[in-house]
Amino acid sequence: MRAMRVGLFVTCLVDLVRPRIGFAALELLQAAGCEVVVPATQTCCGQPGWNSGDRASARALARKLVAEFEHCDYVVVPSGSCAGMIRVHYGEVLGTANPLAARTYELTDFLATVLRVGTVPGKFRGRITYHDSCSGLRELGVKRQPRELLAKMPGVELAEMKDCETCCGFGGTFSVKFGEISAAMAATKCDRIRAAGADAVVLGDLGCMLNIEGRLRRTLDTGTRVLHVAEVLAWKG
Amino acid sequence: MQVASIHFRERASRALADARLQQNLRRFGGGFAEKRAAAREAYGAGAFEALREASARIRDRALESLDAWLARFEAEAARRGTAVLWAEDAPEVCRLVLEICARHGVRKAIKSKSMLSEEASLNEALEAAGVQPVETDLGEYILQLAGEPPSHIIAPAIHKDQAQVAELFQRHHVGKPSTDIAQMTREARATLRPHFLSADLGISGGNFLVAETGSVAIVTNEGNGRMVTTLPRVHVAITGIEKVIPTLEDLSTLNRILPRSATGQAIENYFSILTGPRGPDDADGPEHMYVILVDNGRTRLVGTELQEMLRCIRCGACMNHCPVYQTIGGHAYGWVYPGPMGSVLTPVYQGLENALDLPQAATLCGACELACPVRIPLPELLRRLRERQTDRGLRPWQERLALRAWAFAAARPALYALATRIAARLLRLLADRRGMIRKLPLDPGWTPGRDFPAPEGRTFRELHGGRRRRRA
Repeated sequence: MRAMRVGLFVTCLVDLVRPRIGFAALELLQAAGCEVVVPATQTCCGQPGWNSGDRASARALARKLVAEFEHCDYVVVPSGSCAGMIRVHYGEVLGTANPLAARTYELTDFLATVLRVGTVPGKFRGRITYHDSCSGLRELGVKRQPRELLAKMPGVELAEMKDCETCCGFGGTFSVKFGEISAAMAATKCDRIRAAGADAVVLGDLGCMLNIEGRLRRTLDTGTRVLHVAEVLAWKG
Repeated sequence: MQVASIHFRERASRALADARLQQNLRRFGGGFAEKRAAAREAYGAGAFEALREASARIRDRALESLDAWLARFEAEAARRGTAVLWAEDAPEVCRLVLEICARHGVRKAIKSKSMLSEEASLNEALEAAGVQPVETDLGEYILQLAGEPPSHIIAPAIHKDQAQVAELFQRHHVGKPSTDIAQMTREARATLRPHFLSADLGISGGNFLVAETGSVAIVTNEGNGRMVTTLPRVHVAITGIEKVIPTLEDLSTLNRILPRSATGQAIENYFSILTGPRGPDDADGPEHMYVILVDNGRTRLVGTELQEMLRCIRCGACMNHCPVYQTIGGHAYGWVYPGPMGSVLTPVYQGLENALDLPQAATLCGACELACPVRIPLPELLRRLRERQTDRGLRPWQERLALRAWAFAAARPALYALATRIAARLLRLLADRRGMIRKLPLDPGWTPGRDFPAPEGRTFRELHGGRRRRRA
């Protein structure tokens, strides 16, 4: 039986800002025995346009992404937001059947639900708290998957924060259109994170990470680390 | 109520700077949301979800033949002696109520909660015509004293704390000042009692209109609704046309989901089904009963991609679960309906151009949709409104240009690779030694309240392409 061919869509944000998250995702998939393809022409899933009411540009990018990944058995994304866009919204974006709906997964969902990995390669040690990003949680049902995977790491202690399912205030373009409100929401989230007494807040979406980390550092919190779940699961230690 | 939604940004900014308000918002926090969650648990999560689905279907059935159910309601209500009047807009609501006041010699009107009377600015119209309006819902009464509009559709004075209410009561009530809640409630009760007994007209809203019996159903927690609708000689219920439902059986289904979604109660303290004025054998009730059915923008939703919004049963769950509402409060939204439902309704009722920010003022986090008792896809409706804004050229040119430039580049991988390589390097140069950017160039709003974590410096595609080449 050939290895399942998994297309990795790293997302535009990871591509530009945190390539190491993309490499961590790649490593996790390879460690789990997948044949990973990374289409070199990938850019953006079209969500900024879609959520801003620009249907035409979203459709053009959706068609491009579908063409790039159609040959894969699965499309895996280290972001609940972009995975949700592809899985849940592409049908309406494209105006046709969504060829990727059934085979697009957020990274931890794929590892835990599809691959059912028994072990994870990471060596992270520390007390963490987990923030459930909105789209992953509410569009894709990503909740237990990252926690199950983290629980396989003996050095990781999970301390849940209050309101871990409440939005951090990022919201894509909302974060700049209404920067003041967005920052106030991030401030509330940061209070919850600090109250959990963790060394690191771990989550699955880079957009929310930038929002939370930016707010923590602005308020001179340099101690609390903000890490993507893929980084933690693939941690070299 | 005058629409001020065009000033959303400034109003939100003021709300964020108002320490007292922030404290009050935090104190209330997720109170209702927690109560709803407990009620859902007690009902059984599976059964509760089935109830939401059934409720959505009931509302859809009514809306799919809205005209027919309204005609049925009118006929059944008329047969039982209720006069049914129709108002196309807010001024017509006021005109009809003032005509009723003139016909029956009304000098004083007591009111139970009605958001439609807020839509119509009815209190101002009554006062101008020499009729004294008295709000009897405790929250509404507090706001009438304060001269403020509600900030929440079921907890109108949620933005005020105990001390602020005590100050108001000291200014307006006679007798010994108190900050004790029970004592203040007794004070309000004692002040309102003579109004209940001396009013000529009772004005209420209506939670549901039952077509098969021509009844108006009202839920309240304070009992004021029952007194408003039964003590005065005349009762006028004012509701939106979308509130009609086919049967009493439907009412019993919806009345299981409404209080649980609103306050987490299994049933409200008072639940009234009002069917016609006092009959010859009835012990109490008004001599005359009117129902004013109001459009005021509702028909503009029928048959459109936003029709699902008309399912709304005004429970407030969406705002109770909205992190934006919880951060800025209801007044920032600038009109009668705040939060997610208001961000859909206000642009439709008051004009998209008068509420430019509202469809955008959401992170689309989806919490409202999951809480909605009639499963209104609020984030999707907000997104559709954003499409309308784009189609009508109602977004700033800078934003349109940025989106277009982004889409243009993202569709061309070579160009995109070049642009992102340059951007990653430039942004890296702006980072301080912590790897943070204190001020983004051309920043539309990120860095005033947050640092921007700088990119690593090279793009994933660049690095991955390099690895691939080294392997080859």
